[in-house]
Amino acid sequence: MSDVVIEAEDLGKEYRIGALLPGYRSLRETIVDGFSSAARRLSFRRAPGSRSSSGTIWALKDVNFEVLRGEVVGLIGRNGAGKSTLLKILSRITEPTTGRAVIHGRVGSLLEVGMGFHPELTGRENIFLNGAILGMKRVETFRNFDDIVTFAELEKFIDTPVKYYSTGMYLRLAFGVAAHLESEILLVDEVLAVGDVLFQKKCLGKIGEIAKGGRTVFFVSHNMSAIQSLCTRGICLKPGGVAADGTVESAVNAYLETIIDEQLANSALHAAPRKEGLGTRFRISSVRFEGVQDSQIPLWSPLRLRFDFETTEPLSAVSLGFSVYSMDREHLFTCESADSDSFLELEGGIAGSAVGEVPHPNLAPARYVVDIRARSGSAVVDAIDSALMFEISPFGVSSWSTDRRFRPVSEWNYQVLGNPMAVHPMRPAVSDRT
Amino acid sequence: MTSLVSSADSVIVIKPTRGWATLKLREVWQYRELLYFLIWREVKVRYKQTFLGAAWAILQPLTTMVVFTIFFGKMAKVGSDGLPYPIFSYVGLLPWTYFSDAVSKASGILVGSSNLLTKIYFPRLILPISAVLSGVIDFAIAFIILIGMMFFYGIWPTPAVVFLPFLLLLATGASLGIGMWLSAINVKYRDVRYVVPFVTQLWLFVTPVIYPASRATATLVEHGLPPWLYGLNPMVGVVEGFRWALLGSGHPGSLILTSTVVTVLMLLGGGMYFRKMERTFADVI
Repeated sequence: MSDVVIEAEDLGKEYRIGALLPGYRSLRETIVDGFSSAARRLSFRRAPGSRSSSGTIWALKDVNFEVLRGEVVGLIGRNGAGKSTLLKILSRITEPTTGRAVIHGRVGSLLEVGMGFHPELTGRENIFLNGAILGMKRVETFRNFDDIVTFAELEKFIDTPVKYYSTGMYLRLAFGVAAHLESEILLVDEVLAVGDVLFQKKCLGKIGEIAKGGRTVFFVSHNMSAIQSLCTRGICLKPGGVAADGTVESAVNAYLETIIDEQLANSALHAAPRKEGLGTRFRISSVRFEGVQDSQIPLWSPLRLRFDFETTEPLSAVSLGFSVYSMDREHLFTCESADSDSFLELEGGIAGSAVGEVPHPNLAPARYVVDIRARSGSAVVDAIDSALMFEISPFGVSSWSTDRRFRPVSEWNYQVLGNPMAVHPMRPAVSDRT
Repeated sequence: MTSLVSSADSVIVIKPTRGWATLKLREVWQYRELLYFLIWREVKVRYKQTFLGAAWAILQPLTTMVVFTIFFGKMAKVGSDGLPYPIFSYVGLLPWTYFSDAVSKASGILVGSSNLLTKIYFPRLILPISAVLSGVIDFAIAFIILIGMMFFYGIWPTPAVVFLPFLLLLATGASLGIGMWLSAINVKYRDVRYVVPFVTQLWLFVTPVIYPASRATATLVEHGLPPWLYGLNPMVGVVEGFRWALLGSGHPGSLILTSTVVTVLMLLGGGMYFRKMERTFADVI
């Protein structure tokens, strides 16, 4: 018997740009479209991989891989790399445009918790309903019922309508049902790990337990530490294909590289993706670290971030800011020019620049991601998520892997009886290092 | 302990489908538990959430019957094949109310279940089927009133009452046939939401609920057309069949036959259209 449980060959998914927008189409659009698609058929097939003038986009392209029985695969990639699309294709929610995938075994997909939950129904009723939606047989749900209730810690409230549940109770119940799905292959989206930190740990722990139970798990996440602790293999997607497929380390590295690549290409941020309505009146045209090479910042050095910007109309009380995140998207801190009451009054059609400095960031040696924002008054006028990445380089500090987030500058004052020592603060690049 | 189902028999091939797809009714059957739970949820929630609960199933056809009796039975004197007008119209209203509710519920169910459509796989046909079947409960409740009325008027069902399940099936098939078309179209064009109430309202007038079918067929014959043409409206066969089976009015013969053929065609066409559109549901909705 072959031990390959998932085979994907040349999987690709093309969307009409219009189809990516929420909502439906009007009859008029369809008629106009009918003409343009007829015209399209006459022309050659365009080169895939990017937006084309005819209004389609390849959300997924040339994806090939095989997953063996019992593997726990972490799927990572930037937003828009096609992770969700791939998961949707494998769980048969949407069809691929090209290629094919063969799956041997029963597939359970957990893209969301609490699907089909109805607030008027009791916890017990919702367990059965949700189980049926996830594809559990009734006997399976019966068999796992007590486990689910115990996991959710809801013994007392199981016959209460879920509309009276707190958010935490609701999520515990929803995840409890999902976690007891007995399929051989499990497709899991990270949105499963929701709620407070403790509950997230419990969810990830449960996923880990499932993974160790010999089942094949396909796990999508932005949480690098979860991927590293749970998975035996990593696949990193990039727009237009697979960036890496192998060990978790290699996938995580490829993921970081795609961010750096994009950062270099995007130091001009004109074309960076923005949410609707942002970047029209005020636009951050580029952002970079000053006095830094290859995004490496020495430990205990100041962070100096330079913004270039343009305006199209007059704006008042403009402030710039950035937020620093760890690689697993934990928000560490935000700095804004508004913090020090420095606002700008700007005319339309001008360009300018600003430098924001954090003299003592005290970040531990690791990699970090920066989101940038510009506000006018309280309205956000431009925002780019994951605009930059940087690494605090360790500079000989021994315990760089054990520091979680911060490595503050510390000053020491020794007093040894009979032998008083001088006080000197620790600094990087001091002369006694060889 | 958990036991894993043997995988040897379940191989799923995912690839783009082109052109018309098969109905995959076997898969619908495999998911019958989901179908059951969706119907159960629909019924349970409705009776939990409303103050009058099950009484609604009775009130709607009952008040309509009273209004029809006053305006059409007494004032307009449209005739009722010699039967008391209240029971004549109520027997017509039973399958009609079921049909119009089922069509409107089925046409909106895909859009109403978009969170399921975009998050999990199951045969999408389950959704319109569940919408159509959940209405059967209301039908059964309203049927109890009919039994009371038959006692009151001293009318005994004819032996043809054994065909009643078939007639109900015909009404279910007609609602599902139309429901599949409308729900699939509704995903792309939300205009359907506005069209459905309007169309069912008009449909009522071409269905012999208010008046006896004999009047419509007579008009057809006057114009030199065969009477079975009236049966092209599948609800004609159903309503006339109900009166025939329960009240012993004339045998609707060719009307039922025509309606059955039309219903089967609508089911096949609706099913195939639904399956063809299905592959884009999750992307478009």
